[in-house]
Amino acid sequence: MRRIILFVPLLFFIGIGLFLWKGLQLDPKALPSALLDKPFPTFKLSSLKDSERILQQIDIQGEPALVNVWATWCTACKQEHGQLNIIQSEGYRLIGINYKDKREEAQLWLENNNSPYLFNIFDDKGRLGIDLGVYGIPESYIIDAKGVIRYKHVGIIDDRQWKKMKSLLNMLRKDKGKV
Amino acid sequence: MRTALMFIIILLLSHNSIAAISTYEFKDESTKERFYQLTYELRCPKCQNQNLQDSNSPISADLRQEIYRMLESGKTDNEIVNFMVERYGNFIRYRPEVNTMTYFLWYGPFILLAIGIFAIIFISLRSSNKNKTQINLKQEENEQLQKLLDERHD
Repeated sequence: MRRIILFVPLLFFIGIGLFLWKGLQLDPKALPSALLDKPFPTFKLSSLKDSERILQQIDIQGEPALVNVWATWCTACKQEHGQLNIIQSEGYRLIGINYKDKREEAQLWLENNNSPYLFNIFDDKGRLGIDLGVYGIPESYIIDAKGVIRYKHVGIIDDRQWKKMKSLLNMLRKDKGKV
Repeated sequence: MRTALMFIIILLLSHNSIAAISTYEFKDESTKERFYQLTYELRCPKCQNQNLQDSNSPISADLRQEIYRMLESGKTDNEIVNFMVERYGNFIRYRPEVNTMTYFLWYGPFILLAIGIFAIIFISLRSSNKNKTQINLKQEENEQLQKLLDERHD
């Protein structure tokens, strides 16, 4: 019995060691979204294409969609552009949030580079960005037909990432069919 | 001389950088104090090891602006922190809230300290007890031991 007690500190040490070692494996940059399973924040902002057209909640609802936050000053967003075009060509609903950008520059970029977006919400002040908890673009959100946020990805969507997101979108589409 | 000069230059430079950040006009001293306290305790979500006060990233500038706006509109500190947590998660707080998930984080060190102190007390009590009983009980053996030691000295 006394012998066993001697091993308690060692076991304790191993326990803490494993716990901390596990902590080292985590990606510190991957923040869980605080908005997961919460409704998309309310907004009232103009469309990027047409400053007269006001977009709101209702415009993004109705069908599951991928919401992509981007800007022309963001080089990673430009890298992601090709993948977004593929996503659009596969028949998924893609909505853009043009984040803290200049309207003319963003319009020009989309004209010259084959816009994958159904429409773009022009968030020049970044207020919607703050409500969404955006901290480093490109960021992408998957919302369901009711406009509830179901998934968040920070960074470029690559092939592997897209496969994951695609299956979620397909699942949401099926769910919507049932209702 | 040279180090002194360097020191002065560094001091001047650091003063400039502070001045560059604090361009907000506050209605009173206490609001200013609260602004510094809040930006000190909230973490920049992009550059993770800096607080909002330190960070030069655009998102931090936006969030500082947002905090300033909320302070001016009369929001309480709690409301402002909740606003941030709702959007960026508990991650943004450098001082985590005390709740069931963080009890161990907050009180764990004290528990460990208590265990340590008890262990020390326990061990020292036990060893001193052991010494006493040895001296008191084993009189004969002591004599024997003494004899052995004497033999060795010879």
